[in-house]
Amino acid sequence: MMPTMMQRLLQGRGLAQIVALLVILAIDRAVSPQFFDVRMQDGRLFGSLIDVLNRGAPVALLALGMVLVIATRGIDLSVGAVMAIAGAIAASLADAYGLPLALAAALGAGLLCGLWNGFLVAVLGIQPIVATLILMVAGRGVAQLITEGRIVTFTASDLVWLGNGAVLGVPTPVVVVFGMLVVTGAVVRGSALGLLIEATGGNARASELAGIGTRAMILAVYVWCGLCAALAGVIAAADIMGADANNAGLWLELDAILAVVIGGTSLFGGRFSLVLAMVGALIIQAMNTGILLSGYPPEFNLLVKAAVVLIVLLLQSPRFASAGAVLGRARQ
Amino acid sequence: MTSKALLAATALVAITLSLPAAAAELTVGFSQIGSESGWRAAETSVSKSEAAKRKVTLKIADAQQKQENQIKAIRSFIAQGVDAIFLAPVVSSGWDAVLKEAKEAKIPVVLLDRDIDPSGKELYLTAVTSDSVHEGAVAGEWLAKTVAGKACNVVELQGTVGASVATNRKKGFDSVVAKNANLKVVRSQTGDFTRAKGKEVMESFIKAEGGGKNICAVYAHNDDMMVGAIQAMKEAGLKPGKDILTVSIDAVPDIFKAIAAGEANATVELTPNMAGPALDAIMAYKAKGTVPPKWIQTESKLYTAADDPQKIYDSKKGLGY
Repeated sequence: MMPTMMQRLLQGRGLAQIVALLVILAIDRAVSPQFFDVRMQDGRLFGSLIDVLNRGAPVALLALGMVLVIATRGIDLSVGAVMAIAGAIAASLADAYGLPLALAAALGAGLLCGLWNGFLVAVLGIQPIVATLILMVAGRGVAQLITEGRIVTFTASDLVWLGNGAVLGVPTPVVVVFGMLVVTGAVVRGSALGLLIEATGGNARASELAGIGTRAMILAVYVWCGLCAALAGVIAAADIMGADANNAGLWLELDAILAVVIGGTSLFGGRFSLVLAMVGALIIQAMNTGILLSGYPPEFNLLVKAAVVLIVLLLQSPRFASAGAVLGRARQ
Repeated sequence: MTSKALLAATALVAITLSLPAAAAELTVGFSQIGSESGWRAAETSVSKSEAAKRKVTLKIADAQQKQENQIKAIRSFIAQGVDAIFLAPVVSSGWDAVLKEAKEAKIPVVLLDRDIDPSGKELYLTAVTSDSVHEGAVAGEWLAKTVAGKACNVVELQGTVGASVATNRKKGFDSVVAKNANLKVVRSQTGDFTRAKGKEVMESFIKAEGGGKNICAVYAHNDDMMVGAIQAMKEAGLKPGKDILTVSIDAVPDIFKAIAAGEANATVELTPNMAGPALDAIMAYKAKGTVPPKWIQTESKLYTAADDPQKIYDSKKGLGY
């Protein structure tokens, strides 16, 4: 009885992720008693829970673009490098030309990067992992060229606000993520677009024959992914009031992919969930923040992360759930 | 003109051309790691100016953080027949084969900034590095002196886990903490040497230690993490430099800006001038055959608000940090 109920619960869409998030938050509370304390500090909410949301924002933004790319059976390894490029551009321009131009240039660069990836994948038919690897390597070089290898700092207060400000007490990055989630959700779920993306990922050839413009779909998701990455890069730069081309977004493409996968979207394309990808990003950050609060020696950080990710993925595995059911029946 | 005279004339021209070149000018090949940090960029620009000061031709090869590129660069320096090779090794092992080639070609190799595995000790002339254990100790001693016996809870922002610099800077600081019972490291976590991680880790330290009330000082293994930590303290409504003392290592320009603003207290310099002492050693070796000691230690100077931070900031700003 119990195992089948467990099985049904865990196979319910999204439940495994939400349970995992709650469990991790509970563990965070256990290692750090003040975890859920939230107070106002200089007109901004302040507390570990807010940190989880705020620090998770860049990966959440990356995951928002990545989930659509993965739904088309693609992958975008270049998002970390695109973050570095966008941050470098925004930081270099903000003081001299003001926020609107700096933001437009940074986001424009993200769009161009996405267009390039989309062109390689959709038009030239290069495998996504190889196509985006090119920009992953070259993009960081481009960012380093822009910053000349230095950390470019800025003081433009409106750009700083994007990383450190607040709207009604909620940190700006969190508001930006929420806004992007709503926009993306409205576009892909408010129309047939989401369905067409899923069809493209499920079977591109069949979709093409059924009259779906799969090339346009693929191009569009990479462009959107580039835009999300650029926005994440601007926020990351605004957060530290400087563009660190060597480190901004470094390895975050892997966190973004992980967030999407934890969110239950298969790397083989097809069905996807925007909200669960966000939950995936939150799971990763809740774990990171918990590790920092716990006071364990840093040598354990990666081990703990790997173990948690393994457990979360196992929870979602249908075979694991049915194996549990078989074991349960054997015991009865 | 006979062919003999022509030959003699060419020989003469060749001698006059080559003689002064061989006597006064050295050519040094420098295999630099790449642009991994601002400090690296400063080291490269200081190396260029130090070489120009001594009229040495410096050929710099950027390895983009890859050992195979460094090995290729060293091989090409050997093929070009340079007078000496400077190497800033990206990793500590795997150099034996290529350094043997340099030794066979009788080209002295000087390591800059980082050492290699002891197995290769005979393969290079000398290593110019700072002592990162000593740097940590200088930082610790400043803190011990400043708190003057009062109890002080320290939080530590470590460098990348496993990086020798991080291990050593921790060791040096810990040695001072062990001697002073009033100092206690209450939290220690890695900030990966970056501003973003330094800020994130400091945010969690503040929350875990009663909103920062239990923290008396921050020790960061590099200035960049401290710049991030300073932002985290300010956002938490704390006054860095007053409520919480700060000491970090590297002496990059931005920390002097913070010191000038009263938001940071002290930094220990990792001098970007490694090439200067290395060039001096090579020139003495080439001219008089003086064999330098196996290790040339650079000075780890402490800077505080008393050292005119604004002036230092202005002088360091243009170095490429």
